[in-house]
Amino acid sequence: MIELNNVAYSYNGGALLSDISISLAPGSFHFLTGPSGAGKTTLLKLCYGALRPTAGRVAVFGKDLSALSRDEIAGLRRRMGVVHQDCQFLDHLNVSENIALPLDVSGRAIDDAEALEDLSELMAWVGLTHRAEAFPPELSGGERQRAALARGVIMSPDLLIADEPTGNVDWEMSQRLLRLLVELNKMGKTILIATHDLSLIRAAKAQVQARVLRIANNSIQLAGADL
Amino acid sequence: MRHVLESVLGPLRRDAQADRIVPPSGATAQLVVLAAAAMAFLAVFALALSLASGRLAERWGDELAEGATIRISAPADARAAQTETALRILETTAGVAFARALDASEQQALLEPWFGPDLDLSSLPVPQLIEIVSEGGGFDAAGLRLRLEAEVPDAVLDDHAQWRAPLVQAADRLKTLGTVSVLLLGVIMAAMVTLAAKTALATNAQVIKVLRLVGASDRYIANAFVRRFTLRTAAGAAVGVMVGMVVVRMLPSASNTAGFLTGLGFQGGQWFLPLLIPVMAGVVAFIATGWAARRVLREVA
Repeated sequence: MIELNNVAYSYNGGALLSDISISLAPGSFHFLTGPSGAGKTTLLKLCYGALRPTAGRVAVFGKDLSALSRDEIAGLRRRMGVVHQDCQFLDHLNVSENIALPLDVSGRAIDDAEALEDLSELMAWVGLTHRAEAFPPELSGGERQRAALARGVIMSPDLLIADEPTGNVDWEMSQRLLRLLVELNKMGKTILIATHDLSLIRAAKAQVQARVLRIANNSIQLAGADL
Repeated sequence: MRHVLESVLGPLRRDAQADRIVPPSGATAQLVVLAAAAMAFLAVFALALSLASGRLAERWGDELAEGATIRISAPADARAAQTETALRILETTAGVAFARALDASEQQALLEPWFGPDLDLSSLPVPQLIEIVSEGGGFDAAGLRLRLEAEVPDAVLDDHAQWRAPLVQAADRLKTLGTVSVLLLGVIMAAMVTLAAKTALATNAQVIKVLRLVGASDRYIANAFVRRFTLRTAAGAAVGVMVGMVVVRMLPSASNTAGFLTGLGFQGGQWFLPLLIPVMAGVVAFIATGWAARRVLREVA
């Protein structure tokens, strides 16, 4: 699903990541952890083509990202859901319009009954039905995270990449978000989550077979079961 | 006219639905419409100036070809003989197609505006006029003048070309000036729209980032901006042109003597020319915004 071969990324001359080689199998559940500033977000950005590696090769869905045009990258992103750390929305559109945005930009009709039903089902699933008409600035941190998650999965992507999806929410809400992610994984989606929240990882391990990738000292290693 | 308005406003209505992704923008957008309207208004006048001075140059040029007049201000007794001599000379002058002395009633008609219809010409020392119509490349005015000087001492050759030529040249320059003004207005319009589009793109950096993240192609994003600015510019220009055309229509119409100031306006099919201004403004905005959007988008991951 995602393959990194000897990937390096330098930032202003300093190497942030070097010699990273990982491979995420379809249907797997991975956590990416490590200290702040270790490069978790950078690694995720490399995976969805927002950054280009300074060395090595990144392949997603079997396609070498460096060989793709901007339009092909856009096409690729319709097959993956990305949930940002600071969830950004179009503030002039309401929550349900924002969640449906990926359908809009990929030219899929959102007017037919089936799509509307899917949308309301998804809204219910993330518990935002009552907030459908609200505008993003009116949402709480947890609501934003859930809305971003819903937007990330509305295209029914094969791959979900989430950067600190529980960063701004309390423990209870983070458990709820985790359950959503686990459920997605059980539906066969590949999940990659960056987090520094070890208790979240522990909680996940109780529900799903999750692997933990740890970034430290510019490189990555598969953490043991001792977490 | 209603058809034009409809074709401009029709897509604008759809715009509200399809292009929700670009936030409604406030004052900047109004400025684009206002500036486009003002520019189009000015363009109508530049165009009218250009067309009017073109017409003027053409008319004066045509009259040039008609040639000249000889005025014989000899004393009454010698006038007939001198007129005869002058006509004889003209018959043998190369480039003169036709020459004839004006008769008394024609001369009276010419003077009527100044002296009224009841004037008795014989009571006044009115010079005899000879109308000359030239042909081919015209006649040699200097040569003719020398011959007249020798044989008809009281004849004065009024070569129309001599005083009309600079006027025709001035009218031609004015026409060029009008055309250049229209082109410059187009350039300003392009610059204005580019700046406004760049501002809008910069203001909406977050929108663009979000759209890219959810898989929007560059073309999708660019089109949303391009459509908006094209429609706004074209709509503003349409309003400006309408007002401009109404004002031009209300200018006093040209009289027979047709000074160029009173002739400022459009004639017949020329009234369709200003209608091209909103179209051209739209095209300019389309190209300028597309260019700006592509440049900005290249910077977004």
